[in-house]
Amino acid sequence: MSLLVTGLGVVAPTGIGVEAHWESLLRGEHAIGPIEGFDPTQYGISLAGQVRGFDPDEHVAPQLKVQTDRWTWMSLAAATLAAEDAGYTAPEDVYATSVFLASGSGGNEFSQHEIQGLWARGPKAVGAYQSIAWFYAASTGQVSIRDGYKGPSGVVVSEGAGGLDSIGWARRVARRGTPAVLVGGTEAGMCPYALLCQATSGRLSAATRPEEAYLPFDRRANGHVVGEGGAILLVEEPGAARARGARQVWGEVAGYGATHDAHHHEDPAPDATQYARAIRLALADAGVSPDEVDLVVADGAGTPELDALELAAIGAVFGSRSTPVPVTAPSSWTGRLMAGGSALNVATALLAMRDGIVPGTAHLQQPVEAPGIDLVQSTRVQELRTVVVLARGAGGFNSSLVLRRDPAGEAA
Amino acid sequence: MSGERRRVVVTGIGVVAPGSMGREGFWDMITAGRTATRRITFFDPARFRSQVAAEVDFDGRALGLSAQEVHRNDRFVQMAMVAADEAVADSGLRLGVGGADDAPDPDRVGVTLGTAVGATMRLEQEYVSVSDAGAHWLVDPRYASRFLAHALVPSCGATELAVRFGAHGPATVVSTGCTSGIDSVGYGSQLVEDGDADIVVAGASDAPISPISMACFDTIRATTDTNDDPEHASKPFDARRNGFVMGEGAAVLVLEELEHARRRGADVYCEVTGYASRCNAFHMTGLKPDGTEMAEAIGRALGQGRIDPAEVGYVNAHGSGTKQNDRHETAAVHKSLGPAADRVAMSSIKSMVGHSLGAIGSIEIAATALAVQRGVLPPTANYEVPDPECDLDYVPKVAREQKVDVAVSVGSGFGGFQSAIVLASPTRRTE
Repeated sequence: MSLLVTGLGVVAPTGIGVEAHWESLLRGEHAIGPIEGFDPTQYGISLAGQVRGFDPDEHVAPQLKVQTDRWTWMSLAAATLAAEDAGYTAPEDVYATSVFLASGSGGNEFSQHEIQGLWARGPKAVGAYQSIAWFYAASTGQVSIRDGYKGPSGVVVSEGAGGLDSIGWARRVARRGTPAVLVGGTEAGMCPYALLCQATSGRLSAATRPEEAYLPFDRRANGHVVGEGGAILLVEEPGAARARGARQVWGEVAGYGATHDAHHHEDPAPDATQYARAIRLALADAGVSPDEVDLVVADGAGTPELDALELAAIGAVFGSRSTPVPVTAPSSWTGRLMAGGSALNVATALLAMRDGIVPGTAHLQQPVEAPGIDLVQSTRVQELRTVVVLARGAGGFNSSLVLRRDPAGEAA
Repeated sequence: MSGERRRVVVTGIGVVAPGSMGREGFWDMITAGRTATRRITFFDPARFRSQVAAEVDFDGRALGLSAQEVHRNDRFVQMAMVAADEAVADSGLRLGVGGADDAPDPDRVGVTLGTAVGATMRLEQEYVSVSDAGAHWLVDPRYASRFLAHALVPSCGATELAVRFGAHGPATVVSTGCTSGIDSVGYGSQLVEDGDADIVVAGASDAPISPISMACFDTIRATTDTNDDPEHASKPFDARRNGFVMGEGAAVLVLEELEHARRRGADVYCEVTGYASRCNAFHMTGLKPDGTEMAEAIGRALGQGRIDPAEVGYVNAHGSGTKQNDRHETAAVHKSLGPAADRVAMSSIKSMVGHSLGAIGSIEIAATALAVQRGVLPPTANYEVPDPECDLDYVPKVAREQKVDVAVSVGSGFGGFQSAIVLASPTRRTE
């Protein structure tokens, strides 16, 4: 099942709007900085990729704002940006559009306020909107209601892999007759309790300087930095996109594959067999050979062990090529946005294909040994026709997506 | 879709439900018309509007979980693990048995687990410590357990099941609020139909009987305030209904591709012939009385299996017992089944096991599958006073022996989600 990406909506540490995000990446601006709002050092961290300058009043109606968490504000904003980018207005058939987003941690900040009220002052301190603001389906439900989309909507949770998985599920929805699906997701886990929860993973960098903190594929890798935001994309069945005269096609979702390590509740499998299998499944699904892949946008977890496993998986699939496969990890500029991060990487991959420019991995100065792999250290110009995007979710989720610049049968 | 459609059957069922033990305990209870609602024992509910719930007397250790599994996992994950163990044992499949000759290919085994509120209970308990009962916004990390990252993101539940059964296929948590349990089984069926798995461990679990969950439903008066008579607090479709009774629990099904099940001679409960969901795009909690979108979901789900509405013998209702839900749902059944609605039997097991949010959809599918297999329809307990707006046959109080070829289970949830799944007997006559 092939789907076309016809609209991108980005709300990310790098910027609000797809071009702002892309320009920030191309300028090599670090969107990671000291956490604003409170002193997080007692949680062993001091940096994050926060979305600065995001004014919910510009994107969310007042009565909706009070009912929703920051995470949902970002989803509402990104959904609007995606629809505007696609020139998409709700069609006459109310069932023809679905909202199928990934979620990771729900309405964190809203919920921390309400739980604090409950325990400090009693049940009557809990407001009427807690029941609809914090649960994982809140953003999907609110987008569907605001925009009048009545198609089969859904919410998947697979931690960092969620953004890709939402696209995988959108293909099932489209296969069953719903031609347009909003996919991707956002995340906002920046309140103290959510940060503390994330810190217990033991995978966060303690570094205090952005250029030393989140360094995937670097010998100095020491964990990751958390971020917020993400991306929402509009994907459409090709016939429907053409029929409505879609103003642009960012690219084609040509293949998808997902596996699970099924090894341990938090340790990754000691070999990369299942991660490699996810990549192979996606390539086979797309009918693309490893030789045809111009770029891999990696998960880039930023710990030595997880990076080594990812390179082993990529090496297992692409290692026999005559030219090393280029690999980059653009999340190094933003931090890891959980479910929002893999969605943002899809947007980044599509931008890279449009302009024929590969953004490098932030501060990758001492790359690890990676035979057969070309780790992209700085921005380079390169024609990109086929890009593979990878994502992992804590616990062993492995997902892979194949994107083609020119939809099959329409090769330029 | 082109080509032969891969068909999906249910070959194993496991249940953790209030007031009972395991699948058979659950079945005995709901067919006896017994209710599990009681005054809340997990915490002192005196300051809450709704003080009753359908609690599970659950002891993970006694049900086969290790001390570490209990330690690191929220109650919702523990209940999912226990239900999944029962379902997999029931299926006869040797999952997670490395090297066994008759073990299925682990790459072809997937997991879908629904949950509405995930590890809320644990997140709240831990929050009480790290904030000193709400005294500090800047929570104190010295009081935090190291498994909080596990609790923050509910996909830990799918991970635990995948690890448990060595399932290397696609795995996900589905979190569409109160339709999660139907959507999870629906997604699992789609994985099999689409050829991405031959077996899916599919179900849902929720453990929402904690102060924050009770408080947030209190404020919107969605839950019952019949605190002096817990046994009769959940009254779906009855004119006296006044809100739902919070519940908890889990149910897991083993979904299997039909030919795969046939080849190994598996006992089949039923076939999943269709699943569909729609959004009402109306309101996060409100329902229009016309039931249009739920009717649309039912119609689509029936259509996928080319089933005529007249063939539907039983509807397992969402039947939460709120004023608006039961009216909405009755209208949806009229709209989707037409004249056949006047003959269909419809009941709500929430009258007995309460409303366990995301879990209940899978628990209700388990009940529906057992009803199809055994020719007995569970009743709607506490149904006494008819409501003119709810005019279907709700199987009052007493289970009914009735052979059913096709049954539908429906759900409705916050966010406007409406889902329906269709189960057919393997002995259904299709001529």
